[in-house]
Amino acid sequence: MSVSLFDGFRFRVVSSPIHRLDPRVKFLFVSVLFVGAVLFSELIPLLVLFLAPIPLVVLAGVRREWARSLRGAAFFAAFIFIFNFIFPYFFPTAGPGIEPPIDTPMEYAVLAERALVMTLRLLVLVGSFSAFFLTTSPDHLSLALEQSRVPYELCFAFTTAVRFVPVLAEEAQTITDAQRARGLELEKGNFLRRVRNYIPILIPLIVNAIRRSLELAEAMESRAWGATENRTNLYVLRMRRVDYTLLLVSALVLAAAVYVKLAIPVPSVVSLLYP
Amino acid sequence: MEALRGVSLTVRGGEFVAVMGQNGAGKTTLVKLFNGLLKPTRGSVLVDGVDTREVSVARLSRRVGFVFQNPDHQLFCETVEEEVAFALRNFGLDQEAVRERVEWALSLLDLTRYREASPFMLSGGERKRVALASVLAWDPEVVILDEPTIGQDYGQKEKLRRFIRQIGAQGKTVIIVTHDIEFVADCAPRVVLMAEGRIVGDGGAREVLTDRALVERASLVLPQVTQIFLGLRDLGLPGDVINLRDAERAVLGLLGVGS
Repeated sequence: MSVSLFDGFRFRVVSSPIHRLDPRVKFLFVSVLFVGAVLFSELIPLLVLFLAPIPLVVLAGVRREWARSLRGAAFFAAFIFIFNFIFPYFFPTAGPGIEPPIDTPMEYAVLAERALVMTLRLLVLVGSFSAFFLTTSPDHLSLALEQSRVPYELCFAFTTAVRFVPVLAEEAQTITDAQRARGLELEKGNFLRRVRNYIPILIPLIVNAIRRSLELAEAMESRAWGATENRTNLYVLRMRRVDYTLLLVSALVLAAAVYVKLAIPVPSVVSLLYP
Repeated sequence: MEALRGVSLTVRGGEFVAVMGQNGAGKTTLVKLFNGLLKPTRGSVLVDGVDTREVSVARLSRRVGFVFQNPDHQLFCETVEEEVAFALRNFGLDQEAVRERVEWALSLLDLTRYREASPFMLSGGERKRVALASVLAWDPEVVILDEPTIGQDYGQKEKLRRFIRQIGAQGKTVIIVTHDIEFVADCAPRVVLMAEGRIVGDGGAREVLTDRALVERASLVLPQVTQIFLGLRDLGLPGDVINLRDAERAVLGLLGVGS
């Protein structure tokens, strides 16, 4: 199982200027990057968007964790690249730089560039959101949600889900050990058999998760959960000068992206190489 | 992360060993090395002369049965019977042998009347017994029990103690991991005390569990009877009393009543 992808989204308690940013603004920033990634289908702007969160990652000192989450996404990225390269190769349609059948080096380069664009889109998504989750504590996140007027029940469900990810990962490991000690061999058999090998792990995991959620509900009710209509918070998020700066940067990036999209035709790398 | 350092331990066949120490001392890490769930990063672990790094967990498990602390981490079948048969099928026993071993294990742990029941509907103590039965079913030479007394009432613990003595009498090696010092004192096995990833004490229960400094180093408290007897040394009472049977003998001896 690919646990390393989740590792890239697990918060660790550290403090840095980036960790102290207002989570709402930070979320807006990564959302703008994501919108940009959907907006463009050219290599150059996507590369820029991919590199954009790196200063944040370096300043926050989470380079290694960030790299690990990208490595976790590497399998999906490779899959997307191969699929997007092979499919148009066998079913090509005429387009800029392509005249079926595919036979010139330039046409191969065009296909490769397109596949790379699709791959980078995923990497922008994983990279920017993992930068967000790595530098935002679950408490901060729930504060941000609450103070954006999201109903408290939803905020609570969300933060509880996030908080239980490491607990579940650890429990899955213990269950795997317990079943291996009873002679379960996960790597044995053909594909179908291997999938079935996971049943002895999944059933206890799910049963325990349900049992735990019932216990949690009882514990919450016995502590008068939802007794007051209007909740107040000990900490209130306040925007500071840095936060306004990042807000401005996000707005500028979005405006620039929309402007470039509408007004300037972005050349592809291949057309620059083969003028 | 280094969990164990400079650990050297030999357990002989048929021995009864209790591994004790506070949370995070490395007890569970140590016993997970015995059936290959963990492999040593340095040094080696030999089971019957076989290096654990060279064989699979499944192969080692046939000799070394490991009962986990929480039965909910392993129960998944629809009936108790199926649960007990799970490991036997994994080890490739034929249908007839599986039926026999299940029968035997269920009666051994007094579970025969629950054979058709769902393990999820049983009480905590019964689930623990099903987990134990599902491991003992393949008759491993070594049985490791991780925290067997947690959540068990006195009657259950007493049964467990008799049961361990019974399988010990059949020549099996039993290793328990626990911080239940009163239970260990009642059983009086060989005690291995751990603290911060090291073995700090190793010897007979009467020797280790009466050493106040050693026991406190492992963040445990001396057995209650031992505390009383150590406090009454000047009355001429012996200092190596760890359970009520010892105490009875010592007091009767002091009073001059026949032994």
